[in-house]
Amino acid sequence: MKFLSNLINGISLGSVYAIIALGYTMVYGIARMLNFAHGDVIMVGAYICFFAIYSFNLNPVIGILMAVVVCTVLGVVIEKLAYKPLRQATSLAVLITAIGVSYFLQNMAQLLWSANPKVFPTIINGSIKLFGGELSISRTTIVIVLVCALIVVGLSIFVNHTKMGKAMRACSEDKEAAQLMGINVNKTISMTFAIGSALAAIAGVLMCCAYPNLQPTTGSMPGIKAFTAAVFGGIGSIPGAFIGGILLGVLEILGSAYISTELKDAIVFLALIIVLLVKPTGILGKKIHEKV
Amino acid sequence: MKNSNNAPRSNFLSNISKTTRSNFITYGIIIVVYVIMQILVNAGAVSNLIRGQLIPICVFATMAVSLNLCVGILGELSLGHAGFMSVGAFTGAVAIACMESAIPSPILRLILGMLIGAVFAAIAGVIIGIPVLKLNGDYLAIVTLAFGEIIRSIFTNVYVGLDSAGLHFSILNRIKAAEDGKMIINGAIGLTGIKPIATFFMAALLLLVTLIIVFNLINSKTGRAVMALRDNQIAAQSIGISIPKFKLMAFVISAAIAGAAGTMFAENYSTMLATKFDFNTSILILVFVVLGGLGNIRGSIIAAAVLTLLPELLRSVKDYRMLAYAIILIVVMIFKNSPSIQAKMALMRSKKTARKKTKKASIGKEA
Amino acid sequence: MKKVIATLLAAVLAVTCLTACGNGGSKSSAIKIGGQGPLTGNAAIYGLACQRAAQIAVDEINEKAGKTVFELKYEDDQHDVSVAANAYNALTDWGMQIYLGCVTSGPCLVTAPMAANDNIFFLTPSGSTADIVKAGSNVYQMCFADPNQGSASAEYIKKKELGSKIAVIYQSDIDYSMGIYDTFISKAAELGLDVVSESSFVTDAVDFSVQIAAAKDAGADVLYLPIYYQEASLILAQCKNVDYAPVVFGVDGMDGILTLEGFDTSLAEDVMLLTPFSADASDEKTQNFVKKYNELYNETPNQFAADTYDCVYAIYQAVQEGKLDASMSASEMCDKLVEQFNTMTFDGITGTGMSWSEDGYVTKDPKGMIIKDGVYVGLD
Repeated sequence: MKFLSNLINGISLGSVYAIIALGYTMVYGIARMLNFAHGDVIMVGAYICFFAIYSFNLNPVIGILMAVVVCTVLGVVIEKLAYKPLRQATSLAVLITAIGVSYFLQNMAQLLWSANPKVFPTIINGSIKLFGGELSISRTTIVIVLVCALIVVGLSIFVNHTKMGKAMRACSEDKEAAQLMGINVNKTISMTFAIGSALAAIAGVLMCCAYPNLQPTTGSMPGIKAFTAAVFGGIGSIPGAFIGGILLGVLEILGSAYISTELKDAIVFLALIIVLLVKPTGILGKKIHEKV
Repeated sequence: MKNSNNAPRSNFLSNISKTTRSNFITYGIIIVVYVIMQILVNAGAVSNLIRGQLIPICVFATMAVSLNLCVGILGELSLGHAGFMSVGAFTGAVAIACMESAIPSPILRLILGMLIGAVFAAIAGVIIGIPVLKLNGDYLAIVTLAFGEIIRSIFTNVYVGLDSAGLHFSILNRIKAAEDGKMIINGAIGLTGIKPIATFFMAALLLLVTLIIVFNLINSKTGRAVMALRDNQIAAQSIGISIPKFKLMAFVISAAIAGAAGTMFAENYSTMLATKFDFNTSILILVFVVLGGLGNIRGSIIAAAVLTLLPELLRSVKDYRMLAYAIILIVVMIFKNSPSIQAKMALMRSKKTARKKTKKASIGKEA
Repeated sequence: MKKVIATLLAAVLAVTCLTACGNGGSKSSAIKIGGQGPLTGNAAIYGLACQRAAQIAVDEINEKAGKTVFELKYEDDQHDVSVAANAYNALTDWGMQIYLGCVTSGPCLVTAPMAANDNIFFLTPSGSTADIVKAGSNVYQMCFADPNQGSASAEYIKKKELGSKIAVIYQSDIDYSMGIYDTFISKAAELGLDVVSESSFVTDAVDFSVQIAAAKDAGADVLYLPIYYQEASLILAQCKNVDYAPVVFGVDGMDGILTLEGFDTSLAEDVMLLTPFSADASDEKTQNFVKKYNELYNETPNQFAADTYDCVYAIYQAVQEGKLDASMSASEMCDKLVEQFNTMTFDGITGTGMSWSEDGYVTKDPKGMIIKDGVYVGLD
């Protein structure tokens, strides 16, 4: 029973990682860049939702919608201002710029909203009891897992069956060829950032529902963990991000329950190294053929 | 090949001497700057803030050179370089603490400590390098990131005590040294009770030695093999360059230098935490390298010096300090790497040189 | 392009080296008090609280228009050991005469030896590791050293018979929590308390399900939390999720939980804590300070702020009794202040009749508090 309870907690944590990882993986797949500012977009989303609910007493649903809108705009603006001028530059230059954006968002948040931590209001109440009360699952956990699954299915359908999704896949395969086929590459990349950031907003709200602590650096550690999750599953792959996220969450909780809470990060990262050594492109990653 | 050399063969010899000359200019700059700063410090003309930054600048410049060897010369992105620094800092500092009574000379102790730090960092480099260098590109970057985090996580839980019974070591289980001894590494509290023995002279010397090692490596047969791997792995392999051997060699040297720098860094403060060497520090060093130019050793030294000082110089803008730092970072990156801006700059430059050339030509005619 | 950047950077470097030298000479009639703490980054909440409280105290003292006038400067150390040294150097460049130390323990361990070396008086509001004051005879603490709190908590739990089985959740990568935890465990063993579960977490942890399950499964009826209030708020919320309701006992780091924006105070109902400061205390000094802080920054001060406020006033008292004036050098001041601190008693908002031992530790009584309907009520 204890194991089951740990497992469920792990899946809950993993679902949060998975939603963040989806944003990472989409951007990486299309723009081939590691967007380290993604974690901070999550933080912004959570703040927007917090103020909508707590300060303006709005309905949580409206709060979430506002967070999605603001983050989408933010994502597109960041892409236009900071990343677009570097489209032809080395991936390393873009990486450093992304780090700069991440510092910028964190410090901006501190100036705007102060460093004082905020407690995210409870949106979903209560828990479900099973086995005569021995196992209790909070409703928040159930909602997070369901939303995560929904997003994965939705995104898969979008990427595989819509015109925009096909354009994205084309861009991810070969940008120049995609351009020749009449696909507007710039627009596609902007669109990817918009979707990734909208997901970040949802991830931020869900994360704060489960772990209601909000401050300017809230997004950075989950950001790095989710990035690890994306790599775990094979970066660029949507189901991979989902599997990677869940696995990482479960590993983290089981690792701290049965091995050591102090070394839980070491355990997670060690598992990542082992997975990559066995399968160098992650669990569901595509094999890269070297061209001569 | 990316960096194809179309210059005629006769230029090749003068080319070599040009790089040698450039290297000696770099050594010269370091020595001259050291001498000037030392004179200024002795004359009391330097503020405490700047004086306190001299050793960290040398350490971070060394780190930047060492990472440039890995990223710029070898062409493998590492996001966990602070991990090697951490290994060097902790092992070196423990060694120095143990030698305290045996070797009275602090300089000798520091040198031995750095060597030991470098050796342990090199061992870590081998352990992580052998499996990891098989991976490519971003995946290698992520594994180095993971490695850095593992090192941080482990050193936060290490306990090392020294007393009359000898050295006690433990991970996770808290131990205490006997009454007559002391704790050197005390888990979360980190390295404690260091008597700082790092000096500006030693730090500058470390940087100079690092430069000599790296420049000689680059200009050696090994260095050319490593760069050939970076530019075209398959072509290099086809002419018989062993990928694992040369990759590992460059990676381990880079790690060892980072270890020595770590020891120097730890010996500059009276305490040092494992959390200091986290992802953010790795990224910071990477920023020096990218900003200074991949493969450009002198550039990374200058970038390290300026960016180490920058947050301190921004103290006057108070609350906006780190925001200003972030904005400067983004703007400089865009300005330096955006192809359209670069093209404009190149155009301006070519016009200038064209003008100079016509001038020269006209002077030549007159003569 | 590269050359342009290189020359530009070199020029910036040269200029700053030279301009930075000019300071330090000007003598004014105000005594220069320097302090440092994390004003940016993830520990900024503590540094900012101290900076604000120190500013309030300094302004109050200056408004009295007496002989003693203070000038305050706070520098950012980002809770980073190497930046801490830089911040200290920046303060000495400014001409600091009295030093309020660092806010957090790690940086304190770096700058305390530096201040001891320069013979500048050092009084930290909140650097609580016991090792800090060992740096020199001029280094003092305003907060409890960590070990005190641990043994006081164990005694309290024993005396009040709060429960028979105790679980502890502590943070293993900060010395604050480890210090309290260590002494709590040894004192609990001495008193015969039954500690049934000990579990830990590290910085950035958000999920405490494992630790809570361990405590619950061990049947603990008292949960001891020697940690800061942010994590405590998460633990309380997650305890409720699994319907676990032990007697929760905290330390001074727990103070601040009631004023967390958005926190459901009913979660903290009946939580007990030992703290030297309570923002709801009825004495005039506390109320005046809390009111001013609230007006200026629109939030309730926590114990970091209160300790800093007391630091400035303790220094003020020592300055007056020791007849210090701004023309003295930092080293002269230091010797006189040490003399004063070893003998004086001080009444502040974090305790009355405080005194300091020559080692630099403070003696003051922690107050037991219990939270009832969202406010502190004295336990005794």
